[in-house]
Amino acid sequence: MPIIKTEALTHIYSMGSPFESVALENVNIEISQGEFVGLIGHTGSGKSTFVQHLNGLLLPTSGRVLLDGTDINSSKKFRHDARFKVGLVFQYPEYQLFEDTVYRDISFGPRNMKLPKPEIDERVHEAAGFVGVPETLFDKSPLELSGGQKRRVAIAGVIAMRPDILVLDEPTAGLDPEGCESILKNISDYRRTTGATVILVSHSMEDIAKIADRLIVFDGGRTVMDACPEKVFSQADKLRSIGLDVPVATDIAARLRELGVSVPECCYTVEQLRNAVLSLKKGAAEC
Amino acid sequence: MLKDITLGQYFPGNSFIHRLDPRTKLLFIIVYITALFVSKSYVTYGILLLVLAVSIAVSKIRLSAIFKGLKPLMFIMIFTAILNLFYTKGGTELFSFWVFTVTTKGVEFAFFMVLRIMMLISGTFLLTYTTTPMALTDGMELLLTPFKKLHVPVHEFSMMMSIALRFIPTLIEEADKITNAQKARGADFETGKLTDRAKALLPLLVPLFVSAFRRADELAIAMESRCYHGGEGRTRMKKLKMAAPDILTLVFSALMLAVIIILARFGI
Repeated sequence: MPIIKTEALTHIYSMGSPFESVALENVNIEISQGEFVGLIGHTGSGKSTFVQHLNGLLLPTSGRVLLDGTDINSSKKFRHDARFKVGLVFQYPEYQLFEDTVYRDISFGPRNMKLPKPEIDERVHEAAGFVGVPETLFDKSPLELSGGQKRRVAIAGVIAMRPDILVLDEPTAGLDPEGCESILKNISDYRRTTGATVILVSHSMEDIAKIADRLIVFDGGRTVMDACPEKVFSQADKLRSIGLDVPVATDIAARLRELGVSVPECCYTVEQLRNAVLSLKKGAAEC
Repeated sequence: MLKDITLGQYFPGNSFIHRLDPRTKLLFIIVYITALFVSKSYVTYGILLLVLAVSIAVSKIRLSAIFKGLKPLMFIMIFTAILNLFYTKGGTELFSFWVFTVTTKGVEFAFFMVLRIMMLISGTFLLTYTTTPMALTDGMELLLTPFKKLHVPVHEFSMMMSIALRFIPTLIEEADKITNAQKARGADFETGKLTDRAKALLPLLVPLFVSAFRRADELAIAMESRCYHGGEGRTRMKKLKMAAPDILTLVFSALMLAVIIILARFGI
């Protein structure tokens, strides 16, 4: 059974007013336990609207969202509990920090879950460990931290709820390359250690190519592609037609092929491309 | 949730009223409100109601939009009506119980009071629906220019007002986002005792204030780097100009006020 399933999910903003707009239209997606799914799409393609349905923050105009086979909006209680099962990290999450210390901010989620104190403490330490927030920062005010550290603390605040499904909306936006790299690594580590399902929304094809096993492409509120990265990135023209791009490595590989160099089509990370070119030197091309 | 608030919301359009100079509209509404407070009879209220109805029709603003604006003030209107109903003496007594008596005068007075509030609010809503906030503050600044001689910081006031108006939608959007983010961490804004609910607002208010200060800081730097140094010697890109329709409207408003005052004098 898929851990998350949407059935004909449709969402229309400001229904019946002159500002009415269809954000999602008939979206059917199944996500299994432990998958690492990347959601890509142009601004306004509906991906952020989609992820807010997964923990019941937005109600579908029509259609259903099933979490472990139960309609997420079947009862108020279930919807409330779903927020702890599906941890949603919003865009620029550092702007939501509000407590006077880092420790208290990370523990906000677990406290809302009404967990016993020792367990809260354990979870805060664990979550901070995942995102690389040292304990020396625990007593500091979140406002004193640097941008990258704030972002880590905010992500830890969601991870501390130990969600089965971790949803991140543009977690690397506005960070320097090093910061991006290490946050993505933290997310991969979290998934490997806990076996959680991860859904990552991103603009950066580079990031997504590196870590997702499956890509879902949104355009105009519909899903237009749903496949593994190789398949999605092999349709460069289609991606470009909806305002997206392919990773630089894919682009370079395509141009090399135009020049008659036989690099395989399945290159989409710099690493893979490098290996392909190196093995070409040795004589056999594969990736 | 918060997006539904209509606060000086502008409805784009190109009607006669939309095209009027904001100063004209501001002056007209001041005259109109004065006339409302002068008038005392069915005839004068009728005239003013007709003026309002024609203005709304000309502006092509939907009536539903006006009523939506009136809704939040329903309580005040009902409250005023009840107060006037019970505390107005005179006329014939209709019925009474305990210490309250309701008279014909009271009913009439309450009716007029509610009508007055409704027309006053509808009029001002029509102004904000047909004028962009920017035009409105510009108009206000120009109207208040004479007070500069008395060292009233007119320009600064209008700048503060346009900044405030400009940031209302931004902050509403921000509040919405933060609310959602905290809900995603299990925050509960809707249930619990009053004290619990007040406490539950902290996770919303703290980030909102922090971001408001950050925005203020950024805006100040942006303004300084574009050489803003107050109103002295500042020119405008869009100069407001009074045209024939404006003069016509102003003459009409003067006549309207005159008629109402004369009618009220004769007790009509």
